[in-house]
Amino acid sequence: MSSSLAIERDNILKLFPDTFKQARKSRLKGQIIFFLIILYLIVGFFTLDVVDIPKKWKPQNAAMFALDTYAHKDHVTMKWENHGDIKIAFEGSYRSVYGRDNLDKSIPDWFYKNSDNVGNVVEFNNKGKAILYKDRVEIVNFPKYERDFTIKLNTNGKPYLVGSEDLAEDDLKGFRITENRVEFRPTLYERIQVYPRKVEIHRYSIGWKYFWFDFSSPLEPYSFFEALGLTFSKERVVPEMSNLKLFFTEIKDNEAFMHGRVWWAMLETIVMAVLGTMFATVMALPLSFLAAYNVTPIKALRFTLRRLFDTLRGIDFLIWSLIFLRAFGPGPFTGIFAIGFTDTGTLGKLYSEAIENTEKKQQEGVQSTGASKFLQHRFGIIPQILPIFVSQSLYYLESNTRGAVIIGAMGAGGIGLQFLGALGTGNDFENVAYMAILVLAAVIFMDRLSAWLRRILIGSDQLIVR
Amino acid sequence: MSKALPANLEQIEVNLKKLTNQRTRSSLLGIAILILVFFGGTLVSLEANAGSFGRGIANFFNYPRDLFVDTFEMGWKYWPRVIKYIPELIITLNIALFSTSIGFVLAVIFAIFSSRNLIRNKRVIQFTKFFMDVTRSFPTLIIAMVFLYLMGKSSLPAVIAITIHTAGALGKLFTEAIENCDGKPIEGLSSVGATWTQKIRFSVLPQVLPLFLSYGILRLEINVRESTILGFVGAGGIGELLAALIQWNYGADVLACMFLLVGTIIALDYLSAYWRHKLIGVNQ
Repeated sequence: MSSSLAIERDNILKLFPDTFKQARKSRLKGQIIFFLIILYLIVGFFTLDVVDIPKKWKPQNAAMFALDTYAHKDHVTMKWENHGDIKIAFEGSYRSVYGRDNLDKSIPDWFYKNSDNVGNVVEFNNKGKAILYKDRVEIVNFPKYERDFTIKLNTNGKPYLVGSEDLAEDDLKGFRITENRVEFRPTLYERIQVYPRKVEIHRYSIGWKYFWFDFSSPLEPYSFFEALGLTFSKERVVPEMSNLKLFFTEIKDNEAFMHGRVWWAMLETIVMAVLGTMFATVMALPLSFLAAYNVTPIKALRFTLRRLFDTLRGIDFLIWSLIFLRAFGPGPFTGIFAIGFTDTGTLGKLYSEAIENTEKKQQEGVQSTGASKFLQHRFGIIPQILPIFVSQSLYYLESNTRGAVIIGAMGAGGIGLQFLGALGTGNDFENVAYMAILVLAAVIFMDRLSAWLRRILIGSDQLIVR
Repeated sequence: MSKALPANLEQIEVNLKKLTNQRTRSSLLGIAILILVFFGGTLVSLEANAGSFGRGIANFFNYPRDLFVDTFEMGWKYWPRVIKYIPELIITLNIALFSTSIGFVLAVIFAIFSSRNLIRNKRVIQFTKFFMDVTRSFPTLIIAMVFLYLMGKSSLPAVIAITIHTAGALGKLFTEAIENCDGKPIEGLSSVGATWTQKIRFSVLPQVLPLFLSYGILRLEINVRESTILGFVGAGGIGELLAALIQWNYGADVLACMFLLVGTIIALDYLSAYWRHKLIGVNQ
């Protein structure tokens, strides 16, 4: 069986030698291209320092960044020289200290006097405790640790772990001991640092605390829904304003998450995208007719307009936004015009191609009734291209939303700039995460909105290209 | 029959009138919404903008004029400067090309796992599609800024960001291409007992490869722009150079960079149109 197949194969090879030669040639071409791509990838791998990723990747930083996006921490600080005055502050900020006189903000219940009535206890979420005394810190009750620890200051005023010489390496897991600091960090959520001058404890909990109402807000003791319920009660929380007004101003002026400012910035970004796309559509519509050969007989005009579209598109919104930033200053106008100018080029090109691809018969039909040139275009061409126009413009709306975020970050304002600001502070990573989620939601929303509009306007949410 | 005609005509007229009225009403509603959005947006812009609109229009030509004046003052000494900046341009192109290639490969893998005609498991398809939606929706700048913060200044964050975005964006297009391809070759291969990989290699791949390459070339063009922008926030290449030159107010050099960029983008635009035309025969 197999030998007869082989004979048949040879016969076919002999009958059509050219076909097989060509097939081998094209296969060889494919192999050479594949080889070149692999070669380039290797070159790129080294020229772009991809090999350095493990070296540059700092897991400690990344873990802190990730932790801070979904957790918050409270700082407990005790100075050795003044051990009675223990400061508890949210995120270590001097503006949000618990138990300060001018704020009616009680000490949290995880901080209390020890049963011996001398030490102060900081209890962590995992039931582990740090007990602060005037001359030592005791670390007790940590899960997975069989013994308790004591950290003291020696005669030179340097911190040391009592009895650390007798302990095996395994017992000292989580400790980092240097000359001027003893640090205990069993997991990411608990951190105790003892310095020659002070003790600092970070206590992490999961969640975005003070998301609705900030630390000093009169509504802070209530949850979101409790506060919402309060807006229906007549009894005022603060005498100056009604509960409803208080509810909204407190959310808007939240100092931690800055909802008012962030949402305003989001609105600016969306306005840039929407008005920019509108501007481009309005500009491109008449120009594209002038650039289509079946509408405009003048070749020079068509050529000029085509090159104008290429230039507008080629200059790219980066350069446009730099130019407009100088003219208009930071603000949405920069974004609107940068997007508008770039997209006038893109949409103009696409529209004029669509016009050139229209069926001639409909226009001829209108012409046969003796209609003028204008009416021929109005009833012969526009009905054919309108769905394409709408579809293309709406399609660009989504990518322009992303573009508007980027233009904003380069100085035009909006959510992009807020994002850079939050990232730049180096510790407000919950805000970074909040804004990243907002941007993601906005882009997905615009995507869905444009698909929905395309569906109800032209009956299909696919991009129409003719 | 002839007697029934007038009544029918009347009915047609009534229906026509109804339809016309309906269309006019929905058109008017659409126009009203557009005007509302326009004025609302303008109000927001006027409120948020730092400078006034009128002064902005008046100042529009100042900056380009300054750049050109600076350039003409330099005369023939100008051209060596343009050439001096070409290596920076090559870094930007390198970032774009490398991340497009890697993103392309990832996109092919994603697309295979999210195509209904290749994978039976609905969960896998839904998950891959959702994953691609998320990677596509983040602006590259945001991913790049986070990685720049974590890894320090280098080109790597740009490579990572563009790769992630490219994988999502191309993956969606590739999925559509695979799902729209002709099912008969797959059936033919199934009938002779081909395995899953063989089916993909000999029936799906030959159908979609030209389309894939065409989309990839289009992406490359977009990614050159992206990598320039990421350079602006510190990822190296001509973008970073341009940002520095603008800050130092070196007008002639700024214009040189802009010329290089615009020239590259326009050249790529033509090249990609030509390549795509050769690949799939239509210039879409």
